[in-house]
Amino acid sequence: MNWTWFYRMGSPLWFYQSTSRWLPLLSLVTLVLLVAGLAWGLGFAPEDAKQGNSFRIIYLHVPASFLALAGYFLMATAGAIGLIWKMKLSYIVMKCAAPIGAALTFLALFTGAVWGKPTWGSYWVWDARITSMLILLFLYFGVLALQYAFHNQEAGNKASAVLALVGTVNIPIIYKSVDWWFTLHQPSTIKLTSAPSMHPDMFQPLLVMILAFYFFYALALILAVRVEILKRESKTTWVRELVEQASRQKMGAK
Amino acid sequence: MVNSSLLTVNDLRFERDDIPVINGACLTLNVGEILQIEGPNGSGKTTLLRILTTALQPSGGEILYRGQILSECRFDYLSNILFLGHQSALKLTLTAEENLSWTTSELPGSVSIMDALEQVGLRGYSDVPCHKLSEGQQRRVALARLLVTNAEVWFLDEPFSALDKQGVQFVEQCMERHVKGGGAVMLTTHQPIGMEPVRRYSLVGSSVGGGF
Amino acid sequence: MPESNRGFSAYFRRDLLLAYRRRGEVASPIIFFVMVATLIPLGITPEADSLKELAPGTIWVMALLATLLSAEGLFVSDYKDGSLEQLLISPNMLVMPIFGKVTAHWITTGLPLTLASPLIGLMLSLPSVAYLPMMAGLALGTGCLSFLAAIGAALTVSLQKGSLLLTLIVMPLYMPIIIFGSAVMQYSIDGMAWSGPLAILGAMLAVAIALCPLAIAAVLRLITIN
Repeated sequence: MNWTWFYRMGSPLWFYQSTSRWLPLLSLVTLVLLVAGLAWGLGFAPEDAKQGNSFRIIYLHVPASFLALAGYFLMATAGAIGLIWKMKLSYIVMKCAAPIGAALTFLALFTGAVWGKPTWGSYWVWDARITSMLILLFLYFGVLALQYAFHNQEAGNKASAVLALVGTVNIPIIYKSVDWWFTLHQPSTIKLTSAPSMHPDMFQPLLVMILAFYFFYALALILAVRVEILKRESKTTWVRELVEQASRQKMGAK
Repeated sequence: MVNSSLLTVNDLRFERDDIPVINGACLTLNVGEILQIEGPNGSGKTTLLRILTTALQPSGGEILYRGQILSECRFDYLSNILFLGHQSALKLTLTAEENLSWTTSELPGSVSIMDALEQVGLRGYSDVPCHKLSEGQQRRVALARLLVTNAEVWFLDEPFSALDKQGVQFVEQCMERHVKGGGAVMLTTHQPIGMEPVRRYSLVGSSVGGGF
Repeated sequence: MPESNRGFSAYFRRDLLLAYRRRGEVASPIIFFVMVATLIPLGITPEADSLKELAPGTIWVMALLATLLSAEGLFVSDYKDGSLEQLLISPNMLVMPIFGKVTAHWITTGLPLTLASPLIGLMLSLPSVAYLPMMAGLALGTGCLSFLAAIGAALTVSLQKGSLLLTLIVMPLYMPIIIFGSAVMQYSIDGMAWSGPLAILGAMLAVAIALCPLAIAAVLRLITIN
């Protein structure tokens, strides 16, 4: 089997050049989806019978929670690829995914708290899913703190990759045990396996928002990775050429 | 002997955070040879020893032990080497004897631990906790390992540091006896060694820093 | 005797001997355990009924902290004096010596905590039915805590100030053990069968014994020497 494509993918230069081509289209799609989803969800979807307008925060809360968890697995997978194939790009992806994931986890917690006040009468309730989210945030903090604790970049990469993997093994156990303990919680809003319990008019904009968040996540990750690549490869000729080119363009514009 | 080369290193490379530390080192270590690794501070002497003792993974190149690739004879190789580093691997709360007896299992044909301690001039100190010994004495306890091992290849990282004249002489005698008995030694030191035959290998500092 | 077995017992015995030589340090987590138990009634209420409610959670949180406090030393002294490097280049499997070291750590922290826990139970007016489940749960649970803490200790071994970071990265992994450990006690207090959560603790310990030494060995190989 021909594996050259796989190793080519590990090259930062290849990543930078090929994402340059797709970046405008990706940004456009993300923007359109986000604007459409937000407008539809916040402006046009019907009001909830019990919760009124406050339910609309799920258009941010649910996608953010989805991506927070998916982002952790993506980070751990990138770390595993880095450990196994010693691929530098993979470590860069892992490093950049951590703060984005942590931010999304925080967003999920924050929107959950904002929604909790009118619904439960308190900003913080020890609900199973919220508690799991909080522990997920702690797991992200651990990976971030470990990454930056090492002076040696490689050691930091390897350490945080292993920690992310250990976390991945633990996440299902944590989620299940938290679920088991806090029996007082709402049933999940969306079950992928069964029919949605929400009205389609409310559900469709949520799907758009989830899709928009996936695109947004990809965009944010790619942008962060590109910056990190430029930082790390700043001494190579291709980055120097790029900088020269950019400064020449600036001069030309003046 | 057809193949007297114990250790062959070809084009060994090591990078730390993309900065080359060892750039294509090639060397051989033959039976009955003392090889002194030279080079300025930061030229990768300790790193080289750590790669050769498999504590570090090289970024490239190959290491052959008796003509076999290292990863294929790892157990055999590691059973036949001895490494003494900057740190003496002594537990200060343990006595000299306890320290030696757990790092080296008593082997047939090697000197007993008590004899070894006597030879390094620590007779009567065998049941004293190591934190009560002076730094030089602690170093001697660590060096006593040279007497109780039957490893074939010795890697000694700065073995003469913190040693008095007598201690230096002792190490030199150990190396001489070991080499005559069919072993080999690779060591790093800044001190000139007062014995023959010593072959030297010079590690050039990485090109990034530039020489002065 | 097979080589790998020798690796286990050599490190197991050596770490126990080291702990024996520094008995004072080994006692610290236990003293910590008892002292915090004194603070709870002082800070909240000396009333037996309220203390009884708090006892399961408190005892487990204290056991967790006591384990974490002592975990930093698991590999740091070996790293500093060079014996960790000697271990890394020994021909034997790395897993068995690590297993030996972690077991020794459990014997010097988890086991004494388990044995001291009835004292804390008395201080926090724990009902007598909960003593046996508490000790059984602590015996299994502190084993898990030791193995998980060892991963954190290995990850932070080469860092100057690793102890706080160690706490930070290990704590989230402890959550399930806390949940099931205190559930064992709560179930027994409520008069329910407590073998279920105890069995889950046992299962977690089995998984930890199987996987953690592998993870620790990988970590030590990857990042100790740079």
